[in-house]
Amino acid sequence: MNVRSQVSMMFHLDKCIGCHTCSIACKNIWTDRKGAEYQWWNNVETKPGTGYPTKWEDQEIYKGGWEKKGRRIDLKGAGKRKGLVNIFHNPNLPVIDDYYEPFTYKYLDLVESPARSDQPTARPISLITGKPIDIKMGPNWDDDLSGTPDFARKDPNLKALSPAEQEAMFQLERMAFFYLPRICNHCLNPACVASCPSGAIYKRGEDGVVLINQEVCRAWRMCVTACPYKKSYYNWHTGKSEKCILCYPRIESGMAPACMHSCVGRIRYLGVVLYDADRIEYAASVDEEDLIQAQLDMILDPNDPKVIKAAKENGIADSTIRAAQDSPTYKFVKEWGLALPLHAEFRTLPMLFYVPPLLPVMASLSEKDQSGQSEKLDPISKFWDDGWLYDTSTEELWGSIDKARFPLEYMASMFGAGDTEIVKDKLKKLMAVRIHRRRVTVGDIDDKKADQVLADVGLTAKMAEDIYYLTSLAKFDDRFVIPAAHREQAIEMLEFTGDERGSSGFGFKEKPARGL
Amino acid sequence: MEGLLNALNNFLLIGLPYIAIVVFLVGSIHRYRVTKFKFSSLSSQFLEGKKLFWGSVPFHWGMLVLFFGHLSAFLIPRSVLLWNSHPVRLIVIEVSAFIFAIAVLIGLINLFVRRTSNDRIRVVTNKMDIIIEVILILQVITGIWIAYNFRWGSSWFASVLTPYLWSIFKLQPDIAAVSALPWVIRLHIAGAYVIVLLIPFSRLVHFLVPPINYFWRPYQLVYWNWGRKQVRNPGIPWSIKRPKNN
Ligand code: SF4
Ligand code: SF4
Repeated sequence: MNVRSQVSMMFHLDKCIGCHTCSIACKNIWTDRKGAEYQWWNNVETKPGTGYPTKWEDQEIYKGGWEKKGRRIDLKGAGKRKGLVNIFHNPNLPVIDDYYEPFTYKYLDLVESPARSDQPTARPISLITGKPIDIKMGPNWDDDLSGTPDFARKDPNLKALSPAEQEAMFQLERMAFFYLPRICNHCLNPACVASCPSGAIYKRGEDGVVLINQEVCRAWRMCVTACPYKKSYYNWHTGKSEKCILCYPRIESGMAPACMHSCVGRIRYLGVVLYDADRIEYAASVDEEDLIQAQLDMILDPNDPKVIKAAKENGIADSTIRAAQDSPTYKFVKEWGLALPLHAEFRTLPMLFYVPPLLPVMASLSEKDQSGQSEKLDPISKFWDDGWLYDTSTEELWGSIDKARFPLEYMASMFGAGDTEIVKDKLKKLMAVRIHRRRVTVGDIDDKKADQVLADVGLTAKMAEDIYYLTSLAKFDDRFVIPAAHREQAIEMLEFTGDERGSSGFGFKEKPARGL
Repeated sequence: MEGLLNALNNFLLIGLPYIAIVVFLVGSIHRYRVTKFKFSSLSSQFLEGKKLFWGSVPFHWGMLVLFFGHLSAFLIPRSVLLWNSHPVRLIVIEVSAFIFAIAVLIGLINLFVRRTSNDRIRVVTNKMDIIIEVILILQVITGIWIAYNFRWGSSWFASVLTPYLWSIFKLQPDIAAVSALPWVIRLHIAGAYVIVLLIPFSRLVHFLVPPINYFWRPYQLVYWNWGRKQVRNPGIPWSIKRPKNN
């Protein structure tokens, strides 16, 4: 057992309101620079939709991630052979139009326009060439556009559905969508690291943050191809690749990353997980249907004395172990089994987990006749009293997930590596927690039924309460349990602190006049 | 006139190479140590990928072959002469070198057109890019000219130029044989020195940092900023309480 610690994230998709505050927080801090305008280290997509860059999930186009060859895995579009052969022209490199051409408006024209009979306009201009352009694409161009032919219907995940199922999904009455916020997953088997010919990208041992050394990057641009999530970006101005740094300067000083700190829906959680580094290769190379389980199995129980002992032997600080025990990510992912990695079939072992959204699935529980419902709505309590909206009988409930208006195959294509059962399990748990809470707050569900529902999905009332608390009421310190970086210790590894003594704080800038 | 020509020969064949080598060495090392951030191939494929293919690929592969061809005539002249002693082998080497030179020329012209005609690429073009491209084009043209008009260059390079180049490196420059060569050959030689001279000032630096290491390094890289095993000294009491940093 080779225990390492990883700062790992969990996003609760039922809570995301698609406000893009996270993206703006990140942009303001890190990518508001020339050459990085088009980069959104954090972006929020509407699903179904094509995403950013367009159809990034379709590896037939972008050739990202790993693929299984026999018993081993190799990079799909990069790697030692392909990467070096294609170094002069990378056939799998997306170009800026796959993202969008960054633009601004000539606002000054509004101010400086001479008096005319018509209104002055601010024309859009390209942030690359400075010339007027017709804007064709933006980072969230598919926002809220479920059902549209150009975006939603070109979603690569729809391949998992038959044409008839797709048609049904996009019927106006059944149409649904949800938001998918994405950052770099700080993977355990990062394709970006493996693809870099210069060795500029590395994973930090202490916290697992994946970084690009800007002084070593030589613009061989293989990481852009290799990252299946398209979270490594090429800065066309500096000739260096850049990516999400998980706000490591903030993490090191105990602050949450900017996207997480600013998240309006409070969907984001961050905490340490301990994992067994000896199992990385195995977990990344198992058959597709075992991938998720193998990845979850790597994550170790931070309360297990054996794990704690091995962690200490590996030099993991007590404070980090303690943070792992309190980690909200660990709870959601392992203890409660509610969260799943995105597109595990890319085999990078992503360390950002998602609680799949229940709401678009259950938004209409049955195909009942919906006419006249709006008249029946109580004008004051905004509540239907005829049990129409929430049918809480468990058989119908589990059945409704099967016949969900949002096909499970679609969710499974994103979060289950194609396996609907594993996604269904998470959705059932989410539903069970709701039923339990309804028993507590509304009281119209009898205990026997509620307990039965919880038992069906392997939860206890206590667990359901904890899930409810961490989902809905969690305070800042519950959502972000950031391990101390122990910079005071780290610095001693790099330099002798005695040399620096007296060199900070008040002192003389020059020798005093008397030559002391 | 005679004196002027002599001075010119001396400058191009003795002065220039030493200037070029010194500037190249000092400049490249300094740039690598001080402004590492600027060490990049500055790829522009991200802004335009299709036309680049027809420029970059023939240029780079052709250039690699030509570079190693010249290098082998310099390093192992005797083997080259031995190989060339058979006319068929001589013709094979000459013809293939010629074809690669044409590929380089076509590639360079495509690159030049792309660089000057595409709006986006113009934004990421500086003066040095243009200078380098023009010099390289001229250099390839003189090279092709020489290959065509003064046949069997691979042989006379090995027997005439190699001793001269070695004399430069041995700090006993001997240009007697070389100064008698036709002017385009001398121009080609001087052009090579200019290119070497410009390496530290241009994007050509990326040629000094080929990612050879990639062959034998493991795919995954994990770096620790501090020795995680030594750091845990049981003598130091660390808080076992929850870290108070948020
Ligand atoms: S998400 Fe992409 S960029 Fe981030 S660590 Fe994984 S492979 Fe690398
Ligand atoms: S800030 Fe939070 S709620 Fe808003 S889009 Fe981002 S992840 Fe979703």
